[in-house]
Amino acid sequence: MDNTVLERPAETSAGRDERVFVTLTVADQLCGVPVQSVRDVLGEQVITRIPLAPPEIAGSLNLRGRIVTAIDLRRRMGLPDAPPGTPRMSVVAEQGNELYALLVDQVSEVLSLPSDSFELNPPTLPAEWAAHSLGIHRLADRLMVVLDVARVLALAPEA
Amino acid sequence: MDDLLADFLTEANESLAELDLALVRLERTPDDGPTLSLIFRLVHTIKGTCGFLGLPRLEHVAHAAENVLVKVRDGVLAVTPDNISTVLGAVDRIKEIVVGLGVAGTEPSGDDVALVAALNALAEGRAAPPAPVGAPAVAPVAAPVAAAPAPPAEPVAPPAAVAVAPAPVAAPEPTPEPAEPPTAEAPVAGQTIRVGVDVLEDLMTLVSELVLTRNQLLQLARTQEDSAFGVPLQRLSHITSDLQEGVMKTRMQPIGNAWNKLPRLVRDLAREVDKRIELVMRGAETELDRQVLELIKDPLTHMVRNSADHGLESAAERRAAGKPESGQIVLNAYHEGGHIIIEVADDGRGLPIDRIRAKALSRGLASEAELAAMTDAQIYRFIFRAGFSTAAVVTAVSGRGVGMDVVKTNIERIGGTIDLKSYPGQGTTFIVKIPLTLAIVSALIVQAGRERFAIPQISVVELVRAAGSDGAAAADRTESRIERINGTPVLRLRDRLLPLVSLAGLLRLDHDTGAEEAGQCIVVTQVGASMLGIIVDRVFDTEEIVVKPVAPILRHITMFSGNTILGDGSVIMILDPNGIARANGIAGSESRHSENTRREAVAQSEQRTAMLLFRAGGPGQMAVPLGLVARLEDIERERIEMSAGQPVVQYRGRLMPLVALSGTLDITRERQAVLVFIDVDHGLGRDRCMGLVVDEILDVVEERLKVELSGDRPGLLGTAVVAGKATDVIDTAYWLTQATRDWFRSGQRSVGIRPPHVLVVEDSDFFRNLLVPALAAEGYEVTACDSAARALRLRDAGTMFDAVLSDIEMPEMGGLALVHALRAGGPWAELPIIALSGRTSETDMAAGRGAGFTDYVGKFDRTALLASLRQCLGETARAA
Repeated sequence: MDNTVLERPAETSAGRDERVFVTLTVADQLCGVPVQSVRDVLGEQVITRIPLAPPEIAGSLNLRGRIVTAIDLRRRMGLPDAPPGTPRMSVVAEQGNELYALLVDQVSEVLSLPSDSFELNPPTLPAEWAAHSLGIHRLADRLMVVLDVARVLALAPEA
Repeated sequence: MDDLLADFLTEANESLAELDLALVRLERTPDDGPTLSLIFRLVHTIKGTCGFLGLPRLEHVAHAAENVLVKVRDGVLAVTPDNISTVLGAVDRIKEIVVGLGVAGTEPSGDDVALVAALNALAEGRAAPPAPVGAPAVAPVAAPVAAAPAPPAEPVAPPAAVAVAPAPVAAPEPTPEPAEPPTAEAPVAGQTIRVGVDVLEDLMTLVSELVLTRNQLLQLARTQEDSAFGVPLQRLSHITSDLQEGVMKTRMQPIGNAWNKLPRLVRDLAREVDKRIELVMRGAETELDRQVLELIKDPLTHMVRNSADHGLESAAERRAAGKPESGQIVLNAYHEGGHIIIEVADDGRGLPIDRIRAKALSRGLASEAELAAMTDAQIYRFIFRAGFSTAAVVTAVSGRGVGMDVVKTNIERIGGTIDLKSYPGQGTTFIVKIPLTLAIVSALIVQAGRERFAIPQISVVELVRAAGSDGAAAADRTESRIERINGTPVLRLRDRLLPLVSLAGLLRLDHDTGAEEAGQCIVVTQVGASMLGIIVDRVFDTEEIVVKPVAPILRHITMFSGNTILGDGSVIMILDPNGIARANGIAGSESRHSENTRREAVAQSEQRTAMLLFRAGGPGQMAVPLGLVARLEDIERERIEMSAGQPVVQYRGRLMPLVALSGTLDITRERQAVLVFIDVDHGLGRDRCMGLVVDEILDVVEERLKVELSGDRPGLLGTAVVAGKATDVIDTAYWLTQATRDWFRSGQRSVGIRPPHVLVVEDSDFFRNLLVPALAAEGYEVTACDSAARALRLRDAGTMFDAVLSDIEMPEMGGLALVHALRAGGPWAELPIIALSGRTSETDMAAGRGAGFTDYVGKFDRTALLASLRQCLGETARAA
């Protein structure tokens, strides 16, 4: 099977002071995307290259009859490319009636995190992360960056 | 919201849109009888319905407007721009109230005293009177200003009526194209249904999926010969194609619908900025997806406003420049290669290039050096940047600098592009190109650099395999060779040299640069007026694909016009030959402007057609294909007789109606030149003939007929160049129908014992839907028709009724004319015919009875109507 579809936990089960995230890994950093933004989670996909497209556009793929634009999150955030041969997964988000697949290294579990573990970006956060992050959550053993999906998808077309 | 009210609002909105157009038309041609009747009827209907529904403010305003129109109709008040403005003011007020009604469910509170006073002053002749001298003594307008007629006594909405009201899903019907001859409207009105837009949306998506799945199946089937699936799959494929066509039709609307507010807008603008402006709309019937239509309305309006406000000069300036005083804004729409092209052109002063340069500099958008290196076209494109406006004065109309960038964004959001051309002193043209989203097009699949691409079949002229430029093959294959000019490859194709471009190179794909030239596949494509050869590695086959616009971030890549999913599930990009040509600096699209920017449309035949040239109603030359004309006759004045108000002549044993092309028959002429058309109608078992009266027959020429279509003048197909002159080509079908008449057929049944069968003749959907159930509830069997012509056809077909109820104010044939026709003879001559009207003054009722109506009741007076019916039928029964 090509696609793995994650079940979205019922929103109502999260308490008022808890937020639910889908976690993913990019360049060894754990990130989270609010669960409401996630339409789909996909495994390895056949991606058609789009000639002349900006480098962060990995190409397009076919998701049940809809054309989804694949965005390489590493490139988008200015991080070094993954070593060739690493498996990729993606998280599908929608904006302005278009579907976008964010290519990441790994998509992991869904976490429900209390809001008091949330903090704004520390000043020491590297620039490329700070530009696309809304803040971080302190987990037991590591930090999770909350991705600003709107920012990631705000790819301005070249005039 | 109440169903009745919802229906009323929908119908009112449609009527208001029509009113705008009709009033502007009337202003231009004050003696346009049908338009005046239309306006009167629309206002009258609104007024009547308002009274019925208890909407006093609306009724008040409509009533006052109607009084003015009565005076115009009776010839007492002339049509002047000022008068029209006052009436348009009333229309605007009605619109306001209707909007408020739509939001709140009740009329917004407000004060119409000033407006109504102005209208009444006009109607009573107290306003500056351009009225004709010696006007007959006019009875002062009876309707007092202050008194709103009392709402009718009867209950507002009998439950039966509500139940029958159509499902209130509010998808507006497309307003009928005003330029179409009125006969076209009548048959459609009774056979339409309102459907929600989202339902259509879902249907369309499903059909697209079906097409893709069908493609997949076909592809699989191709790999298995002689499978049992073959035949049913073919059938499925055909059905899918038909389904796809049908569903697409539901989404397509003529672009004229987006244009229908523009005549009014331009008229008001022209008055506001004190210029003379003529709006020409071509290609209004070009169809596009309704959603796209919605989205381009605003951008188009903005561009027209810009042209009117900034582009066109004042009359004085134009005179000084040697231009005609009246500035022209031309809208032109046509299909091209899977897109709709809309041009907005004005013949004004063009864009001020120096001011644009200065502004770009002052805003830091470019340096002096960069500006110096740019072409004029590139400089013009600065106006699409945000906040850019070179208007020295920001007027209320435009110049606020928020315009063109928003226009560009909106157009690009739907996957379109906008470009412009401007010539100082001559004018500016904006060219908008919009994809037909969800269009399912045929495309050629090609491969370059190990990737596949689709090229729309429409752009593909031919496929060529290039001979190598060396070796023995060259000797036999001189037809298509790749040659080099200065190192740049060109293709010699028969007699032409075409520029060549390598697709793989253009898209910067990895490809084997080694395998050049020999045996290369070249796709020859049409780009504007020129051709371009695209070198590819391989050509597959043609497939039907669903075009999906590219994601917004990719819109700037002009080589692609969309992407799609192939039968095997892979996503491929769709190439745009125009974009490729532009990227290569090939003059394809650029050179077009040296010819006419107006699109030469379809109707070109390769053969030479014999054309009859004549003059009618003006100095210009007109033409008709000679093959359609049966005979040319010269008819003496004495032979022309009048029959039922129409000139006829006895011709070879039949009565031939005469129609004057110029509109009115000049009876002072001794002899009339007549083109005789004979139309044999086997279905009806007889032939019709018609004589078209012209001023002078000029000549017969044989030429290739290339008609440039223009849809806005009834009776004319368009313009062509014949014998070196611009010639109007007439629409023969239109003129034939102008002369057609119904005729009498015998055959009737006697009335048996069954519930009385009543015929309702009422053109307003709304009222028909009210009356029919109300009558049915009383136990009558009801048939409804929406025009007097329909009613007469029913009579001639032998249908029999016990009574006829007819509206008075109807287009083409009103109630008075109908009753006249019915009483004149035929099976319905003795039937009780009851008039229904919004006007129930004594004079009106007397007129009605005088014309032959058995009785005359108010439209909204249900009790009176039923009583009258009972009485009339009772008397007939007694008499029988």
